[in-house]
Amino acid sequence: MAGALRLAALRLPQIALTLVLLSLAAWFAIGLMPGDPVSLALFSDPRLTPEDIARLRALHGLDQPLWERYLAWGAGVLRGEFGYSRLFAQPVTAVLWPALGSTLVLVGSAVAMAAAVGVALGALAALKPRAAPLVDAATLLAQAVPSFWLGILLIIFFAVRLGWLPAGGAPEPGGSALPFLVLPVATIAFGQMAAYARHAAAALTAELARPHITSARARGGSEARVLWRHALPNAAVPLLTLLALDAGSLVSGALVTETVFARPGMGKLLYDSVMGNDYNLALLALLLVALVTMLATLTADLAQHWLDPRLGER
Amino acid sequence: MIRLRLGLFLLALLVVAAVLAPLAAGWVGKDPFAPDLFARYAPPSADYPLGADELGRDLFTRLLYGARVSLGVGLATALAASVLGTAIGVLAAWRGGWVDAVLMRLADGLLALPALPILVLLAAMDPAKLGLPRGEAATDMLRIVTILVLFGWVGVARLARAGALTILASDYVRAARALGVTEARLLWRHVLPGLASPVAVASALAVAGAILAESVLSFLGLGIQPPTPSWGNMLANAQEAVFAAPLAALWPGLAILLAIAGCTLVADGVSRS
Repeated sequence: MAGALRLAALRLPQIALTLVLLSLAAWFAIGLMPGDPVSLALFSDPRLTPEDIARLRALHGLDQPLWERYLAWGAGVLRGEFGYSRLFAQPVTAVLWPALGSTLVLVGSAVAMAAAVGVALGALAALKPRAAPLVDAATLLAQAVPSFWLGILLIIFFAVRLGWLPAGGAPEPGGSALPFLVLPVATIAFGQMAAYARHAAAALTAELARPHITSARARGGSEARVLWRHALPNAAVPLLTLLALDAGSLVSGALVTETVFARPGMGKLLYDSVMGNDYNLALLALLLVALVTMLATLTADLAQHWLDPRLGER
Repeated sequence: MIRLRLGLFLLALLVVAAVLAPLAAGWVGKDPFAPDLFARYAPPSADYPLGADELGRDLFTRLLYGARVSLGVGLATALAASVLGTAIGVLAAWRGGWVDAVLMRLADGLLALPALPILVLLAAMDPAKLGLPRGEAATDMLRIVTILVLFGWVGVARLARAGALTILASDYVRAARALGVTEARLLWRHVLPGLASPVAVASALAVAGAILAESVLSFLGLGIQPPTPSWGNMLANAQEAVFAAPLAALWPGLAILLAIAGCTLVADGVSRS
């Protein structure tokens, strides 16, 4: 337990520092993007005079240098003032929380499915060596298929041809969310499954060769019991490492998948805000996504310490 | 061995497609950039081997030209990322101490971040504000490569550092040092050659990563801009036409799949041999 606490104490400052550096880098990157809020107003109202524009810029603080605006923005965020989203004309927090919830549901279901199918495939490869090349080929394929292409193919087949499932979007208020979840979850899970299968196969093969498995078999334990009670718990440790390492790629996968399926969520929000020049929202969404990713990584690491106490002793 | 061969074969196929694209366009007599509004969403036929897109442009020749973008971005990114990553990895292993700590924390930080959202943000930057021309295919590619290298060096650097640490602790390096070999020569002649295999694996994976990232960014409209064909922006167009021409979505994705599978197989093959 002490090891886990030490790990958290070590990591949390690192996470905070990463967020500060990321916000700084993103702020300056955004400074290099086309158009600011005032130039947008210029397009919508041709009667604006140059004096008006200068006044508007001063009013919004846009005549200040970039780093001074960053400091003012950072001070506001630390006070809990996250500002407004220009695109949605709402406080940023009112837009961010529902999107985060939707993405967590999507990614959570996808990880659960990927882990279940992946571990099953891995166990198949470990228990039946003859099936191993097949599992190998399947994982290579799953790894190489670009997720946005898979998403489009699923839409064409299940939504356009068969008409079984919606092609994308969000459920009506009160309607069932499940049909809208099936295709996006399958899209993300298919790509993630490969890594789980490979790692599960490797870990289980190594585990099944160890003496305590032979002993369990000699005592007359059924193969199912040997697998579930004796091999899988130990093999779960490297799988958690994988989960920790993959948190970032999961968020990336959600961005593409949400865009393909026009599904509201953090990824689509980030994309829409970047494309719609809503930079305050884009920046805060990026920071939130990064924070959630790093916290997920930390959680997976802590779970690993809990499963394998030897890690803390090193 | 069979993995390496299969992977190299797939990549060779791609290189041939990219190199022969203008010739092939001549043979079929199609200009991949010329719209023909009478042939919008033409189904596959002898005239249009894979059909035509929303402007009536031949999909087959556009697919071949797309290989140039993908391979160009993939190889350029991998080359730059390998050079940068090897340099950083060897530097970290050789200097050790705080240099090592800072560089590796930086690598850890980059790995922990969700790459794609950041790539999207970076790709939306306006090159004109940096004094670069906007909308040219070559500057688009340079822009994408630069962004991808920012993340791409990490994988190479970690493998190169691990390899260099092992080599630097080996007896022949100690022997060379005892003989009075200069540090520069030591790194160049004794450390770098030993890193060939891990760096090759990391580079092959970097090519795959760059090809995928370029296609995603182009798919999102942030990468290579039309009319220059890229597999990503072809897929974006195809998604608009899932009713009119569902088959159009098949080919660019298949091309990306083969490219990535090729790189993964080569990486697998090298690391096993």
